[in-house]
Amino acid sequence: MTRHLSAELLAAAKELIALYPNPRSALVPLCHLAQEQDGWLTPDAIEDIAELLDITPAEVLGTASFYDMLHTEEVGRYVIAICTNIACMLRGADDLLAHAEDHLGIRAGATTPDGMFTIEEAECLADCGRAPCVQVNHRFFGNLTPEGFDQLAADLRSGALESEVPPHGTLCRVRRSVGLEAGGH
Amino acid sequence: MAVTEAPRIVTSRLGYEDSHTLERYLATGGYEGLRKALSMSPEAVAAEVDAASLLGRGGAGFPAGRKWAMLRKAPTTYLVVNGDESEPATFKDHMLLERDPHQLVEGVVIAAYALGVSRAFIYVRGEFALGMERVQQALNDAYAHGAVGQDIFGSGFSVDVVVHPGAGAYICGEETALIESLEGKRGFPRIKPPYFPAAIGLYGEPTVVNNVETLSNLPWIILNTGAAFSALGEGRSTGTRLFALAGHVRNPGVHEIEMVKTTFRDLIYAPVLGGGILGGRELKAFIPGGVSAPWFGPEQLDLPLGQDEVGAAGSMLGSGSVVVMDESTCVVRAAWRITKFFWRESCGQCTPCREGSGWLEKILRRIEGGEGREDDIELLMDVCDNISPGVSWPPQQTTICVLGPSIPSSIASAIRMFRDDFLVHVKEGGCPHG
Ligand SMILES: Cc1cc2nc3c(=O)[nH]c(=O)nc-3n(C[C@H](O)[C@H](O)[C@H](O)COP(=O)(O)O)c2cc1C
Ligand code: SF4
Ligand code: FES
Repeated sequence: MTRHLSAELLAAAKELIALYPNPRSALVPLCHLAQEQDGWLTPDAIEDIAELLDITPAEVLGTASFYDMLHTEEVGRYVIAICTNIACMLRGADDLLAHAEDHLGIRAGATTPDGMFTIEEAECLADCGRAPCVQVNHRFFGNLTPEGFDQLAADLRSGALESEVPPHGTLCRVRRSVGLEAGGH
Repeated sequence: MAVTEAPRIVTSRLGYEDSHTLERYLATGGYEGLRKALSMSPEAVAAEVDAASLLGRGGAGFPAGRKWAMLRKAPTTYLVVNGDESEPATFKDHMLLERDPHQLVEGVVIAAYALGVSRAFIYVRGEFALGMERVQQALNDAYAHGAVGQDIFGSGFSVDVVVHPGAGAYICGEETALIESLEGKRGFPRIKPPYFPAAIGLYGEPTVVNNVETLSNLPWIILNTGAAFSALGEGRSTGTRLFALAGHVRNPGVHEIEMVKTTFRDLIYAPVLGGGILGGRELKAFIPGGVSAPWFGPEQLDLPLGQDEVGAAGSMLGSGSVVVMDESTCVVRAAWRITKFFWRESCGQCTPCREGSGWLEKILRRIEGGEGREDDIELLMDVCDNISPGVSWPPQQTTICVLGPSIPSSIASAIRMFRDDFLVHVKEGGCPHG
């Protein structure tokens, strides 16, 4: 009996599993679902996922830990990923990251004491035409200046960006509307 | 040479704000290519793609038609779309996923029909939240429109298309790692041979993996014929291609350009393309095909944007990204940042890649930070040689995948071009650029 995931997410999980010839393929999608509920991948969620896929929790954790976006420790409501890879570096990303660390009073990798923000130093986010780039919970903000960063942080704090930036963990807000139709395998 | 008047093949809708919607797609010729394909035999569809001589746009540049032909002997079971785009400075698939998701869906269904596949997966890089939403919405709408699913447009052909999210790991872009990831495992590249997932792919079944941009070309190719596509460009490099231009240029962004007919100089300096170097400064170096590619200098500006032309000059078009570095760039820092990326993303299966990337990162960091030693530059070249013996082009590979040898390719080229910059860092204990 799964205990942790909500009934709505459990139903979504079962629909996801049915899309694959082998249930194990749904492991990463289910981890994203669990993060949608909790903001990170909790041990309880891992147990539920293991049960749903008929594998052990250690197998879920072993796979999940390979992927940067699956957080096995709690993170802030807003995870701010600042790209410092080559294209962003050439356009001031190092200064932007240093500024963000100063402004929020934490180093990359850490979370503010109020649980609001986590800063991550990111690899290329594939939006280099708008360098330097930042993602907040995987939503893009480009051409960011230090002043722009302060405004962004203020807007996140005040809730002005609530509809654009869902809480951390919510990835794809569009659910698949149909099951499989073609039959096959 | 100049910027040609070639048609826009994959970016034709980008002028529309609502380019991602089914309404706009249908109003601009959408799904007509699929209707035409379904009126042809699967073999005839594959023959058009073969005639187009469409080279894969994911990095390796292998002809799509030939890849498919390897499979048509044994029936293909799965089609997997590589939308993991994470090669630094590459951002064209990201744009296609967000701005024209129906074009991709149409391309996927055309490919599935030609290959006789009844299930296709679109692997979307996990960080692309909006891209994922757009593709899922497009799929939902395409199912409702009868363009995906059962008995497509009454043709009797059926295929399901499933969006699969990644979760942040560069190596999953390598096609065998992508397959492992899609199976719900860690993204470890598989040992080759087999060189293509053709024979033993997803769940051990014959599988075709193609890049997002590659497949986005198919609706146009079917509607306009493969011959019309191969009439564009020159030699093996046919059609148009997306180039993601970044770094010190006035207009960074994605540009669709006819292959071979345009040069790096055009791309970087033409007012309608890159618009020249920021602040009117001089060019120092550019990276022609993603950070895995050896660097070029001003002497190579007049090279045409063609796969073989760039290959013969000692680098590659790779993932179609061009990074421009002006005269103020600290090349040591640039080389260090690229190496740090490879070190962070190495999956660790192969000793030369795992250990070598760590050593290179450490030595480059030391030089960049002003703590370098005289013999560090030789040491860097030694480590490069250990990862890829001879440090030649194309690189020798002693590892499971190409990530390993990509490191010396780029780093050794930077050292060869700018040895003096590295030496100055060592001698002066830091960067003269400040
Ligand atoms: C380390 C590494 C990363 C790669 N990343 C990508 C990627 O993000 N997207 C992509 O399409 N191909 C990527 N490739 C190339 C794929 O392995 C494969 O060649 C490609 O998806 C095939 O599609 P195509 O023939 O249509 O280009 C990568 C290769 C390597 C070695
Ligand atoms: S070359 Fe590097 S990334 Fe590729 S399989 Fe080996 S260790 Fe992994
Ligand atoms: S290098 Fe920063 S988004 Fe690509």
